[in-house]
Order: sequence, then structure tokens, then C-alpha cells
Amino acid sequence: MAGVEKKIGGIEFGLMSPEMIRKLSQVRVVTPDTYDEDGYPIEGGLMDLHMGVIDPGLRCKTCGGNIATCPGHFGHIELVRPVIHVAYVKMIYMLLKVTCSKCGRLLIPPEELEEYKKIITGEKELDEDTALEIIERAKKVHTCPHCNAKQEEITLVKPTTFYEGGKRLFPTEIRRRLERIPDEDLRLLGINPEKARPEWAILTVLPVPPVQTRPSITLETGERSEDDLTHKLVDILRINQRLRDNIAAGAPQLIIEDLWDLLQYHVTTYFNNEVSGIPPARHRSGRPLKTLAQRLKGKEGRFRYNLSGKRVNFSARTVISPDPYLDINEVGVPQDVAKILTVPEKVTEWNIDKMKEFITNKEYPRAVYVIRPDGRRKMVTENNREAILEELAPGYTVERQLMDGDIVMFNRQPSLHRISMIGHIAKVLPGKTFRLHPNVCKPYNADFDGDEMNLHVPQTEESQAEVLHLMLVQKQIISPRYGGPIIYQDQDYITGAYLMTHKDTAFPKYITTKILAKAGIYKLPKPDKKVNGKPMWSGKLIFSQALPKKLNLEYPSRICVGKDNCEYFKKNGTCRGCPLDAWVRIENGELKEGVIDKISLQGILLDTIFREYGSEGAADFLNKTGKMFLEALMHKGFTASLDDTDIPEEAKKKVKEVLDKATEEVNKLIEKYRAGELERMPGKTVEDTLEDMIMAILGKARDDAGKIAAQYVNPDNQYLVMTRAGSRGNMLNFTQMSATVGQQAVRGKRILRGYKSKTLPHFKEGDIGVQARGFVYSSFRDGMSPIEYFFHAMGGREGLVDKGIRTAKSGYMQRRLINALQDFVVQPDLSVRDATGTIVQFKYGEDGADPMKCHGDDAVALRRMLLIEQKEYEELPEDESEEEGVLEEGSEGGDYE
Amino acid sequence: MADLDPEVILSHEYVPKHEILKDKDVEKLLEQYKIESKMQLPKILSSDPVVKAIKAKKGDVLKITRKSMTAGEAVYYRVVI
Repeated sequence: MAGVEKKIGGIEFGLMSPEMIRKLSQVRVVTPDTYDEDGYPIEGGLMDLHMGVIDPGLRCKTCGGNIATCPGHFGHIELVRPVIHVAYVKMIYMLLKVTCSKCGRLLIPPEELEEYKKIITGEKELDEDTALEIIERAKKVHTCPHCNAKQEEITLVKPTTFYEGGKRLFPTEIRRRLERIPDEDLRLLGINPEKARPEWAILTVLPVPPVQTRPSITLETGERSEDDLTHKLVDILRINQRLRDNIAAGAPQLIIEDLWDLLQYHVTTYFNNEVSGIPPARHRSGRPLKTLAQRLKGKEGRFRYNLSGKRVNFSARTVISPDPYLDINEVGVPQDVAKILTVPEKVTEWNIDKMKEFITNKEYPRAVYVIRPDGRRKMVTENNREAILEELAPGYTVERQLMDGDIVMFNRQPSLHRISMIGHIAKVLPGKTFRLHPNVCKPYNADFDGDEMNLHVPQTEESQAEVLHLMLVQKQIISPRYGGPIIYQDQDYITGAYLMTHKDTAFPKYITTKILAKAGIYKLPKPDKKVNGKPMWSGKLIFSQALPKKLNLEYPSRICVGKDNCEYFKKNGTCRGCPLDAWVRIENGELKEGVIDKISLQGILLDTIFREYGSEGAADFLNKTGKMFLEALMHKGFTASLDDTDIPEEAKKKVKEVLDKATEEVNKLIEKYRAGELERMPGKTVEDTLEDMIMAILGKARDDAGKIAAQYVNPDNQYLVMTRAGSRGNMLNFTQMSATVGQQAVRGKRILRGYKSKTLPHFKEGDIGVQARGFVYSSFRDGMSPIEYFFHAMGGREGLVDKGIRTAKSGYMQRRLINALQDFVVQPDLSVRDATGTIVQFKYGEDGADPMKCHGDDAVALRRMLLIEQKEYEELPEDESEEEGVLEEGSEGGDYE
Repeated sequence: MADLDPEVILSHEYVPKHEILKDKDVEKLLEQYKIESKMQLPKILSSDPVVKAIKAKKGDVLKITRKSMTAGEAVYYRVVI
């Protein structure tokens, strides 16, 4: 990087002097009124034409501009008596304390002062610590070392009233004292007297912002409604006038002081209406006024609302709903939305006929605007349609309505990672919702219980190309975080795959053709099975039609028990021909054996296809197989019903036995503990030891109960099928439904809260038995007893509370991380640098590997590459080398010298 | 607190190898990463115990060789300020 061209060296803040305020002002405001009866701005009023114009037809008296051209100009109010600026109360208080009330010098003995001055006059800059040290030093002095005047204690009654030894200090006196402080003493306190003389913090003249800053709104009734700031300025002017009149009339001191305080109140709330200690100024309706500080502060303030975040055009938002018949790259856009969003298209000699057609069309898809080469924009209307058609030539731009195939961005908040915004291809559909392919829900974390999402239409060819080539759904299949698939098939898709590719699944011709047709495959393979003399097609054969032609892959499926536990492997020394169908073997794009389940669809198979056949291959695979799986599932039929949680009487008895035995065991353990015979485990108290042992016994009892239940049900039990295939649920879910819910816990311990030494009134004090501490014997199917139900609710509540706290915490942590890391970039030389070009890391991640392109934990999938190399070599016809680009994706990333 | 014995600091398991880079090598480094000034390198305080232990001066560039979870061994450079 060649270095930054312009750098901000520093920003200087200072105070404005009264002279400066008057100089900037175009008019002195004296009248607390805005408009006269005719609605014309009053001269010398708050809407004076010297301060700019907001009414059409009028001209600014300062610059002569109209609404569009006049930038606005400041005015000023001469305050009869000075008032304190709230934002500088702290500084004023400090200065009054550290300087002499008579001579204005810093309350530090001359000798010490000389010492401190050396620091400043030398090359060393005054830092915050030294300034604070000086302040602390001066606060300790009670007699001025320069003029021997005794110093009274200064107190501050918030927000703006000062007392000296019990006597009120008025702003006039404060201002006089601040004026007396010499420049060099101020420098020692960290105040630059050229930019901020302290007496300037006591206002004698108040700037009035331009009318553009506080525009009045005209209601439909013709009534004018003024801005909050204008209201506040009216208040200030009124009190200022009353104060002036009273002083001129020689009113008693007390009345003048009251009015003075009132003026102070209005000026204070004009700056900040949330100052503690005084009631906020309110509108007639009771709503607190939004004054200067409130305009800037907080989430809805100028910074966070208008500067860090902006609203955009060419966007739409509505509810989402699923559509599995879409291509995964597509998003369904309602007609109503498509009619409003537009896409600019340049007219060339090749597309001019098409463009003319858009202009001719009176209905969708039509052209909305035409932009001439000189940048003039014209709306296409009934009247000028013919003229525009006549005029249209290459170089013009036509803004037409959104159509099928347009490139759009789709987004769901909270946008926590880059895949919260993905590129899609628009498909205009009837209805009022955005349609999303269910497989693409994962990266958005979307569901269809009422979620809304945003759509954006890129307006330039460059941005469209970027979205298409970098952001498109298929490019995001592999997560950049861990290099594995993040867009994949789940739930019904896996169940469907499992049932379809099951060993003895075969379909007759009419179903086979239907499944293939859904996937867009119109070539029927030769049948590979025969049942009752009729040709049949196995699910594996149908699935193979969607696999890339040259794919070779072998791996164990989810149901594989592992080589160490496998009788078949021990006997034959190979996994091929597995009797459980747990060995997946794909040869030349044909599924020879093995059942397709979660491991294939969310892991190795999808991953391999993406790496070797690119994002297009992977998208093709997801599209074709997805449609097959759903079709197959619908033909097979799949329902998990209440009956599937039923277990026979015999099994129930056995479950009860197991639980009773465990209860017995626990009771024995408790007895042993009571007798003091329980042996302590290292690092634990006896009580903790007992708890741990009880938890272990009860946990095991539940698992055993689950195993019994699973043994007694039909192996085709729908819940077990889902668990096996990996589509939804696990053994624990099944156990809790049909056998026993098991131990409930709060904070990882058995339930032990409630009453003194017991959890519920139904137990004896000190009962630490199985039931008394929240074990649920019943299953969900049988239903819980009231006591069990109560314990279960306690455990469930913890989960909810935890979830809420976790998301709030991690959200804030992430925000801080993003703020800290946002402009770090990996440079072409693989170094990581910040916006100024300073190096943060010499090689990204120290190895320069892109996790998205890594193969699991390895930067390069060497084994796989060698295998493919060998296969291709074997297949190579003599003297005809064929370069396949399939290695590209997997081999990039690692950069080893 | 008195400074620790350099021996003790430098032989500690968690203190990676720090070396002072020769001027020639510093130039090469700046050239390699196309950096204009040494101040665009990561910094290390002159009050850092290791910097004192190896007697590096302000403006020196240190070459730090660390163990890395991802790359086995990683080289890092820091300029003493």
C-alpha cells in the first residue's frame, strides 16, 4: 500500500467568544414571535428572513437564495444578564476552586509554579496527569500565595448555582473572576486560552441556529407548528424581555434574581433537556421538548440514527414463506413488489427492440423511466410513450420493472455474519410473500413463523456482477468459518433420502418417472430389479442419476458401528458389502451400496461435490436430489404419531424395574451417607460426592430405560427412523417420550430450592431422596404427576432464562469485536493490515490458509488429490492427456514454501 | 519492582525467541512488505521485559519466532517504541 493520502492530524474543540458569535450572526433577534397574521416572517423575530428561508417563494435576505439554495445563517440573542452554559459547569467549578477570588492567580506558591512552568515551556507537552496533579495541589490552598487573600469555600448546587461560603455567586461575578485568570495559568490547567477563554463559558450572547435547523411544519388545517428548538428560543426571548423591562423599571432585587434564574433555566434546557436536578421543559401536551443534546444523543440521535445508518431505495420487505420447488438460488418475489422495484438497463443496438417492447407495454413488465444520455430522467406515461419510442437510441437507459432472472440481494436481521445477506435470482410469483428455499434458511437463521426479510436490487452492472459471482447462494454452500457445508438438506430431505436409498426400496415405473421428472431428469435408466416379473427401479439407482458422472467416493454412513465394534469387518477385513448397508460406495457416479443419510447430505458427499464439481455442481446436486427426496418421501408416506411413542406392557414393566432398582440404590447410598460411611472423592466434599453418585445412577437409569424402550418397539418406528437417519431428534427425546423424562436440574444440580430444607410442602424436611429432588419417573406420553410437572417447569424455565441472557451477552461481545476488527483486510501478499497500512499479522492466521478452502483440518486434501490423479491416469487413453479443472477448489489455500 | 534476571525471562517457556534484526535485514523486510516507514510495523514498548532483557533500543526491529497452532512456527516482527 502506498500510504494514506490525507490524514486527520487532530480535531480542535473550543469555545466561541461573544465577539465571534456576533460576527457570525446575520441578525439580532429581539421579538419572541415568528410570523405575522399573513404568515410572513417577522423582522427581528425567530423566523427572520436573514436566517434563511423554509417557505417556498421567499428569498433569503442574507444570500438571496431560495429554499433549495440558501444554506441558512445564524442569528443571535443579546442576553440582558449572563447565564452559565450547562456543559461547562464542571470546568467553571474547577476554575473557581483553583484560582484566587481576588487576584485570579492559580493558588500555587510562586516557587512551585516556576517548577510547573518549566515543564510546559520546555519541549514536553502538558499531559492530563500533570494537569490533574496541579488542580489537586491548588485545591489544598486556602490563602492566596500571591495576594494573601483568604479563600472561601466554593460549593455547587446542581446544576448551575454557585455559592461562596454560603453567599450566592451570580454569573456576573463568576464571569469577572474568570476574566481575571491569566493566560499562562490557564495553560497549566490544560486550557488553551486562545481557543477557549473560560469566561466564554458564561453566555452573554446566545447564537440562534438557522431556520433550516428548526423548520416549522404546516399542518393540513393550515396551522403552523413550530419546532421544539424554536419554542425554547421563544421562551428565552420572553424571559429576556421581562428581565430587561423589570431592570429598567427598577424592580426589587428579589424579582430580578427570580427572573434571572428563570432565564438560566430556559438556556440550560435549550442546550440539554435531560439535566439532572431540574424538571425537563415540556410541550403543552406534556411531552418533554427535544432540545440540542437530545437531537444528537443515543440510538435515535443524529449519530447512530442518521450518520451510522441510512435508509435505502430499491429495497422491499415482507413476510417469508417456504417454496421447495424453487431452485436454491432463487427467491420468490411477489408481483406487487416486482411492479415497484426497477432495474436500469442500458439501451444498445442489440437490445433496443426488447427495450422498446418494455416502453410499449402498458402492463407488467413495462418501463417506468427512461434516462437520456444527458442524465435527464423521464417518466413513461400514456402521453409521451410514442415520443419516447421515437427518441430511444443506444446510449439511453431504460428503468424497467423487476423480472425473472434479475439479480437481487436478500437479507435477514440480525445480520451477524456475511451470509446473513446472500445473492439470489429473482422469480416473480403470485401472492404477497417472499418465497425462500427451505435449505437456505440455515445461514439466515430464518423460519416461517412470521419472519420478515429484506430484498435489495443492485443498480449497476458492476454490483450485479459482484452479487452474481461472489454472493450467490451456491457460492455460500461452504461456510467460510469452518470450511464445511452450511447450506444443506435437513429434516424431511434426510428422511426422504434415507427411505429412498434404503437397501430394499424400489419403485415401479410410474413412480420412478415421477421422481425423476421432478428432478428435471428425463432419461429413464434401465431397471435394476424385478419384482413379480415387473421391472423395478431401486432408490439407489434413481439417486445415482443426480450424481456427477465421474464421482468416486467411499465412506461409512451414520449407522456404521465403527470398525472396532463391527463383526463383519473383523471377519472379512473390508467394509464393502456391509450387511447393514452402512458403507457408502459411489463408483463413477453410481451409488453401489450404502444408505444416504445426514453424514452424506450435510458432510462428506456434499462437501466433495462442491470441491470437485464447483458451486454449480453442488447447487445442481442440491436441486435435483432435494426434489427427488421429497417426492420419494411423499410416495412412501411418513408420519410420526402418538402411537409411535407407545411401548408394550412388558417394556413398561422393565422400565419400572430399572427405575425402582436405581431408586433403591440411591436410598442405600443416602443411608450410607447418613451413617457417615460414605467415602469422599478427591477434591469434593462428602455431600458433593453423594450428589455426583446419585446423578450418575439416575442418569444411567434413564439411559437404560431408553434402551429398553427402543428394543421393544418396531425397528421401523418413525421416531427411530428419524433418529437413525439424522433428520430430527435423538435417543434422549425418544426416551423422554416413551420411557421416562428423568432427572430435572437447575444449574446442573438436582433441584434443591423452595422451602426450608425441602423443595415442596409435600416432602419432609431434609428429604434428599429421588422424588424429593426432582426426578420424573413418568414419560411425556403417560403424563406427569403435579409434583413432577412442577419440577419439570423449574428445569424448563432455566433454559429460557439462559437463552435470553446468552444472546444479549454474546450480541454485545460480537458488536465490540466487529467494531475493533472492521477495517482489517487480508492483502494480496496474505498480510493483514488496517486502514492506515499498519501490519497486524504478517501472514493471515500465521499459515495464510483460507478456512473456506481448507479441507476440514487440513489446508490441502492431499490424499484425495492423489486418488483422483491415479483414477484419471488409469482412465487416460493413450497419448491423449485431458486436463480436468476439478482440482482447483480443493488445492488452493495452503501456501507452503 | 526490580527487573528480572534476563536469563530467567529468556529461558521461560512462554517467552518466544526474540532477536534484534540487522539494518540490512530491516531494509529487506520493509521492501518485502512494501512498507515506507518502520512505524507501520507492529510495535513493542521499550519497557517490555524481553526488550530490556535483550538490550534492544528504540527503533530496533525484533524478529520473534513463535510456536503456532496453525503453522507450527510463525515469524513476527515488531519495532521497539
